[in-house]
Amino acid sequence: MAISVKQVEQVAYLARLELTEQEKQIFTQQLTAILEYADKLNELDTEQVEPLHHILPIYNVMREDVVQPGPPREETLSNAPLVEDGQFKVPRII
Amino acid sequence: MELYELTCHELKEKLDRKEISSREITQAFLKRIEQVEDQIKAFVTITGDLALEQAEQYDAGEPVPGLGGLPYGLKDIICTRGVRTTASSKMLENFIPFYDATVAARLAAHKGIMLGKLNLDEFAMGSSTENSAFYPTRNPWDLDRVPGGSSGGSAAAVAAGEVPYSLGTDSGGSIRQPAAFCGVVGLKPTYGRVSRWGVMAYASSFDQVGVVSRDVRDCALVLNVIAGHDPKDSTSVNQAVPDYTSFLTTDIKGLKIAYPREYFQQGVDSEIRQVVKNALKHYEQLGAIVEEVSLPHSEYALPAYYLIAPAEASANLARYDGVRYGLRDLQAENVVDMFSRSRAAGFGDEVKRRIMLGTYALSTGYYDAYYLKALKVRRLIAEDFQKVFADYDLIVAPTTPTVAFRIGEHTDDLLTLYMNDILTVPVNMAGLPGMSVPCGFVNGMPVGMQIVGKPFDEGTIFKAAYAFEQTTDYHNARPNLGVSK
Amino acid sequence: MDREYEIVVGLEVHVELKTATKIFCSCSTAFGAEPNTQVCPVCSGFPGALPVLNRQAVEYAIRTGLALNCEIAEVCKFDRKNYFYPDLPNAYQISQYDQPICKNGYLDINVDGKHSRIGIIRAHLEEDAGKLVHQGSITTTTYSLVNLNRCGVPLLEIVSQPDMRSGAEARAYLEKLRSICLFAGVSDCKMEEGSLRCDANVSVRPKGSSKLGTRVEIKNLNSFRSLERAIEYEARRQIEALEDGEELVQETRTWDEEKQVTRSMRSKEEAHDYRYFPDPDLPPLRIDREWVERVRASMPEMPDQAQQRLINTYGLSDYDANWLTSTPQTLEFFDETVKHYPDAKAVSNWMMGDFSRLLNQNNMEIADSKVTPQYLAEMLRLIEKGTISGKMAKTIFEEMFFTGKSPEEIIKEKGMQQISDQETLQKIIDEVVAGNPKVVEDYKNGKEKAFGFLVGQVMKATRGQANPALVNEILKERLMRE
Repeated sequence: MAISVKQVEQVAYLARLELTEQEKQIFTQQLTAILEYADKLNELDTEQVEPLHHILPIYNVMREDVVQPGPPREETLSNAPLVEDGQFKVPRII
Repeated sequence: MELYELTCHELKEKLDRKEISSREITQAFLKRIEQVEDQIKAFVTITGDLALEQAEQYDAGEPVPGLGGLPYGLKDIICTRGVRTTASSKMLENFIPFYDATVAARLAAHKGIMLGKLNLDEFAMGSSTENSAFYPTRNPWDLDRVPGGSSGGSAAAVAAGEVPYSLGTDSGGSIRQPAAFCGVVGLKPTYGRVSRWGVMAYASSFDQVGVVSRDVRDCALVLNVIAGHDPKDSTSVNQAVPDYTSFLTTDIKGLKIAYPREYFQQGVDSEIRQVVKNALKHYEQLGAIVEEVSLPHSEYALPAYYLIAPAEASANLARYDGVRYGLRDLQAENVVDMFSRSRAAGFGDEVKRRIMLGTYALSTGYYDAYYLKALKVRRLIAEDFQKVFADYDLIVAPTTPTVAFRIGEHTDDLLTLYMNDILTVPVNMAGLPGMSVPCGFVNGMPVGMQIVGKPFDEGTIFKAAYAFEQTTDYHNARPNLGVSK
Repeated sequence: MDREYEIVVGLEVHVELKTATKIFCSCSTAFGAEPNTQVCPVCSGFPGALPVLNRQAVEYAIRTGLALNCEIAEVCKFDRKNYFYPDLPNAYQISQYDQPICKNGYLDINVDGKHSRIGIIRAHLEEDAGKLVHQGSITTTTYSLVNLNRCGVPLLEIVSQPDMRSGAEARAYLEKLRSICLFAGVSDCKMEEGSLRCDANVSVRPKGSSKLGTRVEIKNLNSFRSLERAIEYEARRQIEALEDGEELVQETRTWDEEKQVTRSMRSKEEAHDYRYFPDPDLPPLRIDREWVERVRASMPEMPDQAQQRLINTYGLSDYDANWLTSTPQTLEFFDETVKHYPDAKAVSNWMMGDFSRLLNQNNMEIADSKVTPQYLAEMLRLIEKGTISGKMAKTIFEEMFFTGKSPEEIIKEKGMQQISDQETLQKIIDEVVAGNPKVVEDYKNGKEKAFGFLVGQVMKATRGQANPALVNEILKERLMRE
């Protein structure tokens, strides 16, 4: 299935990736090629097949509700580009 | 023989007999790194000082059996406390984790000596290590060729004698393919056998940590340490870990080996097919029962993988948003721009491509046609394997369709590059354990034989791999590297 | 014109489950800690971190589901809901998309004697996001700060059917939901701390129509009162718009508490596309029926049962019974008091009157006050015996409320004992009568007011401690003899 430049732009926005005009063109071609290859799957009738979400036959993996101390705050913040008052600083939302 | 040419168990013998110290071993490998690393570029970070410190501590303390006191390298996608972990991405060029991956912690607790962090295709996306944001790693057998990927640094470092063993990760062949290209042993354990905690996720339902080593015994020794249940990873299975060295016998009489006809067809080099066919004959001579089978949905594994894995990756890599760590566009005046520009600047082309592809496959209107369809095909592929394993102990096939290709050879042809995983991806689709073992050469380049087992039956793989290795000589071949002084 | 329209309301309620740890990691959920001190690689979305489900969160979800008459799923799974926001570290929220843990339930409400059953479509588990502090308002700020302490706190999102027809019904639903969650012991449900949050979907349609009108989602509803008012306001706004021939747009509006209006939130053109898919890091849940039955067996009395019991046992009104079952603490206090003083109506009057007033005035909950059920019962007995007057009781109760002292002690300290002794009163009355001949004269001449004055004099002489009923009686007798 072919994908359009406009779709590439929408997807890039959803994925929060700023693309150059050139990248948009290249990705449009490349994604089209990959998706056309993926269309091969349509050769298979999977009407009656259940999707396989988890390869392991395991269920109910749970932990007990017991508090464990986390790392000191300096560690959590140690890789942050900008910090203020023990918090991560980000530019305005809107 | 130089120390760096020895296997772990050989080194360990000398260490236990106090013929040499851990410090001497570590120094020998650091020297080797110094001599060949300029040519190989297997490392992202070398932690020489830390390694020597650990080695001295080892020498001063009680000996630890297994791999204690022996050096190793980790794929740079495995988080190490206090040591930069980059995923070979500009995004994480300066990221220093404050926590250890479970596998890193296990090796450290085992008193292993970490020599450094090994190069990879950015975020494990690729088959050549050309997608590293820093530099490509080279194949020790031919420096103009790729070492494979994504664990290219892990395989090249072992092949070049820079480390005696290393850990990699394998989501679609990322350990087995580079192991085959570099002429070393590479194991991807069963999904759930080894903890993924602290390993940066690419495609969570496929990712599995595994081993690159010189020989099969070393591989078993490493799996002994890293395998086992981890309460921090919900997909790590709570099942007893056998001593994998107990499977190392050459008696494989009656072992039932299947070879799928789909893996010996067009698209796989005829010379490679021949080399692996010869190996199958060898198995027959050792007393195994070798028969042809069919895995009819094999050709659909790759297209399905290239939908599911990018879909998972698109979510896994969304956390790299410039807020808490990683590259950040500090000029952006609002949050949306900050996200979009930081990510645009931090990720390379292949990563962006897979994020885009995965985002698309999950988006409204395409979810059923692509993502869900691929999950259904995944079941068909898993069932193919189940049927064969009802009658056979192992499946044997080539690991790769070609030997290592030249650097730059496939950069303009994505699909050809993706095809490199065609023989390894189905195994990840089914979550099965698989090992690549050196089984010959084509035009002077190593060829790998892939041995696939039942879920959690790595033991039988070890048995067959060991029997082959001990009755052949391929594992003793070493690349000839000019040593720079 | 309102009469020609019907208001249709559905609520989406987020209840914070009161687990000790977060839903997918072992960080504390305690409220009010220093920013980013209750975080770890998992809840702050660091590379390689993986979630592990909290069993208690699942059990609380089952408990709530049972309390809301839901079906509990046999199998359910967790999905990733993908969107970028600085308070969402992974850029996906782990939630449940197409297999919620609970579905198809209901709860009953009663507004001014009208009983209604409100359907519950589903209740699903998910993780909370962090908190953004804007420097200034969200629109004028140049930057914001991210605190991830709340990130990963377990939430149960409970989605009702659009079964409510007024702001009052919506309020009753939310109040009932709150009391159910409190009785089930699954949440603190404190709106001011955000452990109970509510968004309302409001539409209007011509009466008799079964087609739903254009739906508007209202956010920022921080109290029961603002929920009720916002819905009434929004419905009126929609009806007026329709009457004016305007077309309504499906949008999200925010409740402006200060101006008491809903305002459109600048909605970006972009349609959200959350790209839900099953979280590969979390194996699915198989909730065996044994577990469900174990939880069911451990369920305490729920508000509806308790109300019925109060009505049947004590003959209380619907209204009283409803009020007394608003929180388990209220009911427990009542039950305990009645054990010591069986006049349930008197107990309920005191609780709904002075007790409730003092709690509200001081922004306290029953547990914060010092008064005990035993002392309230004791006080009521003293009123009954005539030891204290109703008026004195008010003062005594207030003292008990703040100090926790017994009524006896307070009476002694303040010298508040009521004078009910015949002889003592007789003597005082004699003095008052003797000292006010003119007034007595007026009384005899038919001036009713004069009687009141004399009573006042007696009360003054006894510093208000005279038993008023007795004073009336004796004084009347005395004046007849005059």
